[in-house]
Amino acid sequence: MRIEVNNITKQYGAFRALDNVSLEIPSGELTALLGPSGSGKTTLLRIIAGLESADKGSVLYQDSDVTHRAIRERNVGFVFQHYALFNHMNIYENIAFGLRVRRWKDAEVKKRVVELLKLIQLEGLERRFPSQLSGGQRQRVALARALAPQPQVLLLDEPFGALDAKVRQDLRKWLRHLHDEIGMTSIFVTHDQEEAFEVADRVVVMNKGHIEQVGRPDDVFAQPANAFVMDFLGSVNVFHGRVQNGRVQLGSLEVPYPAYPHDDPRPATAYIRPHEVDVDRQPHGASSLQARVERINRTGSLVKVALLDNERNLPVDVELDHERDKELALTVNDTVYVYPKQIRVFIPENNGSPAVLDEQQGQTVQLTR
Amino acid sequence: MTFKQRSVLPGFGLSLGYTLLYLSLLVLIPLSMLFFKAGALGWEHFWSAVTNPRAVASYKLSLGASLIASLINVVFGLLVAWVLVRYPFPGRSLVDAVVDLPFALPTAVGGIALTTVYAENGWIGHYLAKYGIKSAYSPLGIVIALTFIGLPFVVRTVQPVLQELDVQVEEAASTLGANRWQIFRRVIFPHILPAVLTGFTLAFARAIGEYGSVVFISGNMPMKTEITPLLIITKLEQYDYAGATGIAAVMLILSFGLLLMINGLQYWSAKRYSAA
Repeated sequence: MRIEVNNITKQYGAFRALDNVSLEIPSGELTALLGPSGSGKTTLLRIIAGLESADKGSVLYQDSDVTHRAIRERNVGFVFQHYALFNHMNIYENIAFGLRVRRWKDAEVKKRVVELLKLIQLEGLERRFPSQLSGGQRQRVALARALAPQPQVLLLDEPFGALDAKVRQDLRKWLRHLHDEIGMTSIFVTHDQEEAFEVADRVVVMNKGHIEQVGRPDDVFAQPANAFVMDFLGSVNVFHGRVQNGRVQLGSLEVPYPAYPHDDPRPATAYIRPHEVDVDRQPHGASSLQARVERINRTGSLVKVALLDNERNLPVDVELDHERDKELALTVNDTVYVYPKQIRVFIPENNGSPAVLDEQQGQTVQLTR
Repeated sequence: MTFKQRSVLPGFGLSLGYTLLYLSLLVLIPLSMLFFKAGALGWEHFWSAVTNPRAVASYKLSLGASLIASLINVVFGLLVAWVLVRYPFPGRSLVDAVVDLPFALPTAVGGIALTTVYAENGWIGHYLAKYGIKSAYSPLGIVIALTFIGLPFVVRTVQPVLQELDVQVEEAASTLGANRWQIFRRVIFPHILPAVLTGFTLAFARAIGEYGSVVFISGNMPMKTEITPLLIITKLEQYDYAGATGIAAVMLILSFGLLLMINGLQYWSAKRYSAA
């Protein structure tokens, strides 16, 4: 089922949780609403579910307007961060709840619950109570309970937020697998970009009640729409400098930026991802930053090197593959030269900026050695 | 299997010993004296004392009025607790404090106040009198007094339990298609039932033992509005100590039996409705 959200605005006192948000969620896809806390992602999900009502705007399921339809008539499955299971009912009754209130016959209830217990791999535990299960098991029960009445859409509010790292990983994969199996339109809220990228077909990045970018994980990662998205997507080096006459100046590092050929200097922010950086022991040709090695962590699939820029004392994170690391044989306190392979430059929006600039934002500067 | 379980808190022996001594000195020994005294009466006398029509009428009145009063308190106490927990409104903490007044007030003061208001010429009483309802000096008056003194029990036991019920649990129920009544019956009620039963028990126990407020409003007419505690006092004033203790013993056995029954019910509901 396709879901459409049109011009939704929601205000809590002086705080605007959602500001004129519109979004279309295609049928059968698993969509992630990604953003920091306070970005409005949970509010949007709750408005889609009908748990919250919007001040303005409308919500459409397929083509029918459900803005004023009661929650229980919307037929959505909702999974809460803290499970919200019925503690006085055993697992069987928890899953059966949505069927019992719809007055299903006992035999059919049993058939459906057994089916779901198998799906969540908790057969044999149906007589247990929620307090006797682990967090991961409880969340699977919550999911089965939400799926039992065969909802048209599945909504999950930070479903793995309360679980520990290992269980989280497993459940993520399991959710993706489950989605592929039943192919229901699903939306989940998360603040964890890794989780969103790993699980979702589409990612909606939100900030301060606005949607910043919508796209496939690959596209959002490769082409962040703006500085916020770039920053939010995690581990990235941020440099502040200025642009002028087709060049970006970041301390001693100077790179061409043909998108801004104007005389008039303008502050700019440059983002460099740790794995898009090379380091060398000797300076050569291109412009570079001189830095000192602070710390080296060789435990992961990439070698993480923490550097400190000599000129401005700013930290620079670099990720090298193990081969390159062997070649360089770095130790702490070595002096190295940093060569970014790719830099994304954003000129902050300011009121007087000419419209042309908007298109030029997010310009990628390719550097070749 | 050992009887004594290891615990992080030391002193099981000491604390159990203290508990038993304390209960014996304050509850068990005084109450067993009641039976000794009643036993001195001899079976014949005892039986005639406790089964004379005036005594039987008082048992019926005491138990019946207490039961009705505590049932009223269950319904309205639940309502008060619900309002106090669920709806923020100006003056909520004031209302919250008012609930405790029947606890704090000397019961005689409550009795006199209620009598003034519900008497035939009182503020509320004269409206009731228009419809031929006699509130003070009738069994209805007793129920009113017993409801008054029992009010805080249900509110205070249910309130915290209601407070801890996660709103998301109700939201979950509504996304699953439950209507308000189904949410109340299947989700909220089972959660608060043990607390409701506790509140009921406390209100009931308190009502059975109540004396101070009832004597003013009941009118104390033998066979009609005379409660058992009053009958006991009357007997004592007539130096009929044996008769008084006999009636007291019967009252004690009845109350104990009822409380035991309610406790059993409570145990069952706690077992049934909370995760074991």
